[in-house]
Amino acid sequence: MTFSETSPSDNWHIKNVRIVDPYTHTDALGDIFIAGGCFVSEKLPEMLTLDATGLWAVPRMVDIHVHFREPGQEHKEDLVSGSRAAAAGGFSAVAAMPNTDPVIDNPALISWEGAHGREIGLIDLWPLGAVTKASAGKELAELALMEAAGAMGFSDDGKPIASGRIMRAALSYATMLKHPIVQHAEDLDLSEGTVMHEGQISHRLGLPGVPAAAEAAMVWRDVELSLLTQGRLHVAHVTALGSLEAVAYAKRLGGPVTAEATPHHLLLTDQAVSDWQASPITKVNPPLRPLELRDALRKAVVTGLVSVIASDHAPHHDDEKMSPYPQAPYGISGLETSIGAVFSSLLHTGLMDPLTLLERMTSGPHQALGAWYPGVVPGARADLTLIDPELLWVVEPRTFYSRGHNTPMAGMQLKGKAVATMLGGRWTMREGQVLA
Amino acid sequence: MRNFIALENMNAQELTTLIDLAETLSEVLERPIKKVPTLRGKAIANVFFEPSTRTRNSFELAAKYMSADVINFQASGSSVEKGETLWDTARNLTAMAIDAVVIRHQVAGVPGLLADLLNVPVINAGDGMHEHPTQGLLDLVTVKAHYGRIGGLQIAIVGDVLHSRVARSDLWGFTMMGATVRFVGPPNLLPSALGAPMTSNLEEGIRGCDVVQVLRLQNERQKSGAVPSMREYREKFGVTQERLGKWAPDALVMHPGPQNRGVEIDSEVLDGPQSAVLAQVRYGVAVRMAVLYRLLGGTHDI
Repeated sequence: MTFSETSPSDNWHIKNVRIVDPYTHTDALGDIFIAGGCFVSEKLPEMLTLDATGLWAVPRMVDIHVHFREPGQEHKEDLVSGSRAAAAGGFSAVAAMPNTDPVIDNPALISWEGAHGREIGLIDLWPLGAVTKASAGKELAELALMEAAGAMGFSDDGKPIASGRIMRAALSYATMLKHPIVQHAEDLDLSEGTVMHEGQISHRLGLPGVPAAAEAAMVWRDVELSLLTQGRLHVAHVTALGSLEAVAYAKRLGGPVTAEATPHHLLLTDQAVSDWQASPITKVNPPLRPLELRDALRKAVVTGLVSVIASDHAPHHDDEKMSPYPQAPYGISGLETSIGAVFSSLLHTGLMDPLTLLERMTSGPHQALGAWYPGVVPGARADLTLIDPELLWVVEPRTFYSRGHNTPMAGMQLKGKAVATMLGGRWTMREGQVLA
Repeated sequence: MRNFIALENMNAQELTTLIDLAETLSEVLERPIKKVPTLRGKAIANVFFEPSTRTRNSFELAAKYMSADVINFQASGSSVEKGETLWDTARNLTAMAIDAVVIRHQVAGVPGLLADLLNVPVINAGDGMHEHPTQGLLDLVTVKAHYGRIGGLQIAIVGDVLHSRVARSDLWGFTMMGATVRFVGPPNLLPSALGAPMTSNLEEGIRGCDVVQVLRLQNERQKSGAVPSMREYREKFGVTQERLGKWAPDALVMHPGPQNRGVEIDSEVLDGPQSAVLAQVRYGVAVRMAVLYRLLGGTHDI
């Protein structure tokens, strides 16, 4: 069935589907009924029927770390292309980082972004606001006003908050807010001039490397400040053993700290830099780590120490990524490979069961950002993803809806893919085709 | 062999072929008329994005001794300063019917990526901290000429190994040819996990070895805080006549240049009987002739 054969006002009966609903801790075969944009408890007259045998239905999949580049860098991505990429990847909600040009650091820009997202209507777009004005790390931005305007969290992502004093102030201030401070943890002195993980591969390739300590040292500081202030801290894209230990320490002491891992750090290692012959396509921050760190990260996702998987979707223009390694920008376009990479890393390896794995992409991130969603229950807004967990597919960046084709997963075979995405009872993607 | 990018992953047979060829070609340098027609009608572009005297001159002379035409392209004052990417610079050169590109670039990996892009041979004249394969090869030829063999020898590489592309090319080349390589230098200037034994004790590092390759200590290491002072570096790692006499009296002493006399190596050593630095430079030309010959398929007699 194609879009042209259905309309937004259609009501749906999705039958014979495996409902994997982390919000209600349900994993069972069954039927789902959707009417008027919401889940309902039974079949109503004039419902269209979709036989979803072999597919999983997962409510409200969310990616809380994406870069949509608008305003200012629309040649890399904008809210429309980013929304399409998200829908294509199987997400009905995303949180967009504020490191745009200008930086989204005031309530007017938050309102604009939220409204524009609703106008596009393909996903729930959750704006994140900057922690400091212009993400300069000097003065707090208007966090409370931005939250009132719809900000779902705060981050100077891309420009780590170096000053301990400012980070303390932000975390302390956040105790009167609902949403957390999200930190890209990196000691910028230690990482200056580096482009990949420091280890056997960097030494062999002759590329300047950064040790995992540059991340871990900053996570430890932030954890201490979170414990000191009781401010909610979400640590973006952790990759270091020390970072995991710091988060575990915070959790042992009951501190309000959560952490996330990216699909590329869960799937790939720094060997990719060598395999790609030092092509900047592999350049990402934090860098791809060696096998032992990747496996430790997988384990942390399994145990729930890391409760969020988020893509850090960072689209760039091909021409920029073609520069020599040091000049090329950091980032991987990740929304459209997220499910495939995560399933290939954690599900098909037998490391996780579906319900626990999908928690990291649904209820886990909701909790981390202080958001709430009830799951597949009558009356709840019908945000839903149908996944074919067994689908084998080859990553072809040219077919992305994202403007960023930059991914070292290009040419890789992944297993598992979203085949349909629904937002508020309306399909936004069916069989790889995004609506509008 | 289509390109010449790195010694890593070259096998012993390929290296031996090049070493033998270089030894043969070095004879051309002894002739009264140093010109063979081997590469007549071939055009070679020297594309240097980093300052270089020795390597660029060496490539240029190597090409000219074999009758090739050479142009020297330097990034400063060129289209690169107008914002042209190096990929376009290279594509434009090949559109002008260049037969080979010799490239030096400050970024590791650039020659390899360029080789993928161009349909003419690319020769790496040094890329970042990655490799300097013609230097590695000339070091092999120098050692072979002196000892008659490479296998079984102990090679000590002393200095800022971490930032040295020469050290990496030497490591792969000497190891593949059956020698043993050890690294000697301050702990913060040694790369972990390259597979070679490492020490920060100069005596331990050079005692009993057959070859001491001394690396240049770049001034910026002191500015960046990696080395407290040139004086302290010399005290801990400087190769002096006294130390050499005590710990490695028979070793061949090499240095890829340019040297800081009185810092990493004393003039007494550099100009002394154990020094092979000028032999290195001479074999450098022969090695580059050999590489050009192999890549451009010289058809005339040598």
